[in-house]
Amino acid sequence: MNNKYSIFSLIKNAFTQHENWQQAWGNPEPKNEYDAVIVGGGGHGLATAYYLGKKHNMKNIAVLEKGWIGGGNTGRNTTIIRSNYLWDASAGLYDHALKIWENLSQELNYNVMFSQRGVMNLAHNLQDVRDLKRRTHANRLNGIDAVWLNTEEVKQYCPIINTSQNIRYPVLGGTLQKRAGTARHDAVAWGYARGADEMGVDIIQNCEVKGIKRNGDAIEGIETSKGFIKTKKVGVVAAGHSSVIANMAGLKLPLESKPLQALVSEPVKPIIDTVVMSNAVHAYVSQSDKGELVIGAGTDAYVSYTQRGSHDVVEGTLKAILELYPIFSRMKMLRQWGGIVDICPDASPIISKTSIKGLYFNCGWGTGGFKATPGSGDLFAHTIANDEPHKLNAAFNINRFVSGDLVDEHGAAAVAH
Amino acid sequence: MFIINCPYCGERDQSEFTAGGEAHIERPKQPTELSDDEWAEFLFMRKNIKGVQFERWNHAHGCRKWFNVVRDTTNDKIHAVYKMGEKPPID
Repeated sequence: MNNKYSIFSLIKNAFTQHENWQQAWGNPEPKNEYDAVIVGGGGHGLATAYYLGKKHNMKNIAVLEKGWIGGGNTGRNTTIIRSNYLWDASAGLYDHALKIWENLSQELNYNVMFSQRGVMNLAHNLQDVRDLKRRTHANRLNGIDAVWLNTEEVKQYCPIINTSQNIRYPVLGGTLQKRAGTARHDAVAWGYARGADEMGVDIIQNCEVKGIKRNGDAIEGIETSKGFIKTKKVGVVAAGHSSVIANMAGLKLPLESKPLQALVSEPVKPIIDTVVMSNAVHAYVSQSDKGELVIGAGTDAYVSYTQRGSHDVVEGTLKAILELYPIFSRMKMLRQWGGIVDICPDASPIISKTSIKGLYFNCGWGTGGFKATPGSGDLFAHTIANDEPHKLNAAFNINRFVSGDLVDEHGAAAVAH
Repeated sequence: MFIINCPYCGERDQSEFTAGGEAHIERPKQPTELSDDEWAEFLFMRKNIKGVQFERWNHAHGCRKWFNVVRDTTNDKIHAVYKMGEKPPID
């Protein structure tokens, strides 16, 4: 049992120079058999394991991670959280997550540094204005806070934006979701890992899945780099590598994996206290608590697993950033990195059963999965435990690509997917 | 970012090209007789290979011609380039 983190545990540990803090999660060797195995120890996978233990009383669970927990896209995203999606299904899914975010630090007894600093989405042309206004109406009908701001109000909310009407893509207005914001991405993985560990979940790092053993249409177990593990239920949350795992099981998914880039600047004093996203010019920026500007760039247009990304993509984003924020013109960029995102044709995720009994996939989050972490874990745990989707993720089944009932958020979401 | 050897123009920067996705997906010959599953397979399902993949590229900012590329998606190394309609030079 882990110690509860509190002001008292902090004081107590201060007396021993903080050398006696308990390990937040264990480092077990895999057992021979589990009731369920989660493939992928990122935020979504760890959250799934946590909710399986907490809400569905499944304690004999393992999370397998081929690297270290949170070392994939959980640690590579730009930490933006919002729920202002157009369609009802997406709004339901992402707002479910946002509601969990609002109480997550307390629930996990782990500070995920959730900060509701607001997310503003800019409009740069007449079509943007129409689309974004339509989206604010749709959001409000779904009980999601959203307001339309004109150019002056945008300037008021974020004074460093260049609202001159003489730039190539002038700011014609924007939408604001005040409940939206950011969280510390590593802390989300660590908090869920600690929570899952407390439920008795085995978190097994440096353990790569090599094969999936089937008996007809049912799962028998999985081959890993640490030996064979018997299980009847496998939940795959492998992000960019979902297709690789699917191929092992003889399944094909409607996914393409592409590098998505982000970069951070040198740290500076507080200059931007919100998140500003711009779909049309593809630039989004916020400031981390360390003071770095966190900038999201686009995806490469081709399939690649290189975790690098092309230079011209970064260049394009920085051009847009500089036009919108001339004040950043002499900032130095410190680090740049790429993560492999799995993109669905309709840019909406898959949280679903498959044609193989006991095999579940949670994938296709594309460029925007971080914001959904708690909701995704909760709904995926429900789907695995009951062998039936929750009503909030029923629309995100894999069969929608056969039936044609797509959740087409392409371009309708607030930023280009 | 890498260099692509366009079969018509020679070596150019990748940013001059548009990726067209997986190659050799044949358009159904009898579309009216296709089941929903077969349509889904044709339209949406992709191999998304981690490793050597066959794909289509278009030299959008050059000759604007389509051609095929064999590329390793783990390191973006190109193994072969061949024209549309030609057989892949390697398996």
